[in-house]
Amino acid sequence: MRTERAGWGTYALLALFTAVSLFPLLWTAVAASRTSTRLAATPPPFRFGRNLPRNLELAWTDARLGEALANTALVAGAVAAGTVLFSTLAGFAFAKLRFRFRGTLLLLVAGTMLIPPQLGVVPLYLLIARLRWTDELQAVVLPSLVSAFGVFFMLQHLRRALPSEALEAARMDGAGTLRTVWHVVLPAARPAMAVLGMLSFVAAWNDFFWPVLVLTQTGDPTVQVALTGLGRGTVPDQSVVMAGALLGTLPLLVVLALFGRHIVGGVMRGAVKG
Amino acid sequence: MTETHTPTGPADPPAPGPGAGSRARGARVGTGRRADRGARGARSARRTPGAPRRTPVGSRWAPYALVAPFFLFFGAFGVFPLAATAWTSLHRVELTAPAEAEWVGLHNYARLLDDAFFWNALVNTAVIGVLSTVPQLLLALGVAHLLDVRLRGRGLFRVVALAPYATSVAAATLVFALFYGRDNGMANWALGVAGLAPVDWQNGPWASKLAVSSIVVWRWTGYNALIYLAAMQTVPRELYEAAALDGASRWRQFLHVTLPGLRPAILFTVLVSTIGATQLFGEPLLFGSGAGASGGADHQFQTLGLYLYEQGWVNLHLGRAAAIAWAMLVILVVLFGAARLLRGVHARGLLARGAFTRRAFARGKRAS
Repeated sequence: MRTERAGWGTYALLALFTAVSLFPLLWTAVAASRTSTRLAATPPPFRFGRNLPRNLELAWTDARLGEALANTALVAGAVAAGTVLFSTLAGFAFAKLRFRFRGTLLLLVAGTMLIPPQLGVVPLYLLIARLRWTDELQAVVLPSLVSAFGVFFMLQHLRRALPSEALEAARMDGAGTLRTVWHVVLPAARPAMAVLGMLSFVAAWNDFFWPVLVLTQTGDPTVQVALTGLGRGTVPDQSVVMAGALLGTLPLLVVLALFGRHIVGGVMRGAVKG
Repeated sequence: MTETHTPTGPADPPAPGPGAGSRARGARVGTGRRADRGARGARSARRTPGAPRRTPVGSRWAPYALVAPFFLFFGAFGVFPLAATAWTSLHRVELTAPAEAEWVGLHNYARLLDDAFFWNALVNTAVIGVLSTVPQLLLALGVAHLLDVRLRGRGLFRVVALAPYATSVAAATLVFALFYGRDNGMANWALGVAGLAPVDWQNGPWASKLAVSSIVVWRWTGYNALIYLAAMQTVPRELYEAAALDGASRWRQFLHVTLPGLRPAILFTVLVSTIGATQLFGEPLLFGSGAGASGGADHQFQTLGLYLYEQGWVNLHLGRAAAIAWAMLVILVVLFGAARLLRGVHARGLLARGAFTRRAFARGKRAS
């Protein structure tokens, strides 16, 4: 870590970085408050217009963003909860217990971390089609519950945060597995569980490829599927498209504003793309 | 403690990735052999009672029960599809009748090799991959360097860096597509104000690739900057002080103190960005709004991921889509193999450069 104080040059460059990072988001809101004719005119608008409520309403109903938001909240919530639960249990076993095949199983998990799951979409689609789950939300939830990254994240945390003496003490007290997990492991795991939950939520919210394959705009779309429909012309009005983009992004920006510090901490601990 | 010691602290970002992999590989040697023995006889079961290696929790089945939920889903939705991709790629499977598969041997692969669109997609993926990854990581290094000082509002800057990452591919691409509009887009308006000719961002073979890459750069620069920042903060400040005593300029401090400390983080981000670049899909799909899955009227920005989608879900040939997926995997394996070889060649040069750091470190220790 460098020790010098930031000079004005540093602040100027960081201000530029901030502007570039936020401008497209701000401009989405500007464009969503205009009309499509105004968006097609030169120079482009830089100030807010009066059409925001109308465009939001059209995006909400015509592009089905309302349903899509509800669906996505459900999907992302379920994925986050499931990922955190499974990763914590498995991460605890890998971090603190000895059992046969431990190394083999861990290698299997690590190996698939380098292989993008997208490469398996064809058989996965065939599987989902055979289960008759296409266009059902569980088709998006269930495959997303397997996060090799989550297991390693919890493994690393518990290795440091859970003293073996605590487990030993629980065993002396005659606590069974469930009691030990509930009273010893979960309290130690809680901070990492929260961070993993937020990262999984963001990743599931923004998941794109797989939902676009198995869900349709007319069935039970997630936000990304609905936005894809918008982008491909279901509603030709560009200001409504921007209103949709705004609606689909705002919830995550709120999450970021509320829990930004924790999400930053998670990313800095080496989060991997979802 | 468990059998493997890990020296990973909170500020060691690359650990869950490649580092964990090599550790697990080390562990397999032992466990694997033990497992083989156990599989042949029930001897190990007799050895368990009273053995010094006892699990500290519940019954001996407890560990398996704990990992079971994960591996159930992992097997069904993670490992099985990956393995089955090879099998599907040897068949003709149509999306309209997914239950019927006809064995065609290597036919799907033979077609790919003959397919101009496949090679076009491969080249596009590589070009967009370089155009997006290189600026993204260089900019991230710069931003991380700016953040790695005593700063007012540092928490705010860090959260701001993640705002593009929190924006979905779809939302970001829709906005950028408007931004890059040929006739009334803001990009061309700005070029006009600067007295430059407008650019056809959707149709130009290079312009469209640049535009698509810029979306990737925008979304991921801040994220990578935070990973670099985490690594930078583990570089001991004594090193900078020692280098400054040696009369090293700011730039030389960055080259010789900061960068060597960032090596694992850089490798990690290169790895992750490369994987991401080979999979690029949403940006090219939505950037050519009207053109659908062809990646522009002339396929000028169709990537492999998009071509896979077009073959499987637009032309309904799932077998061919699986062959493309398998080809993508081969490309990744070749890339990683090449990277390993290159690392071997460069190792000596990097060691020589590290000598400066070690000297400075030794002096720093003496000073404190």
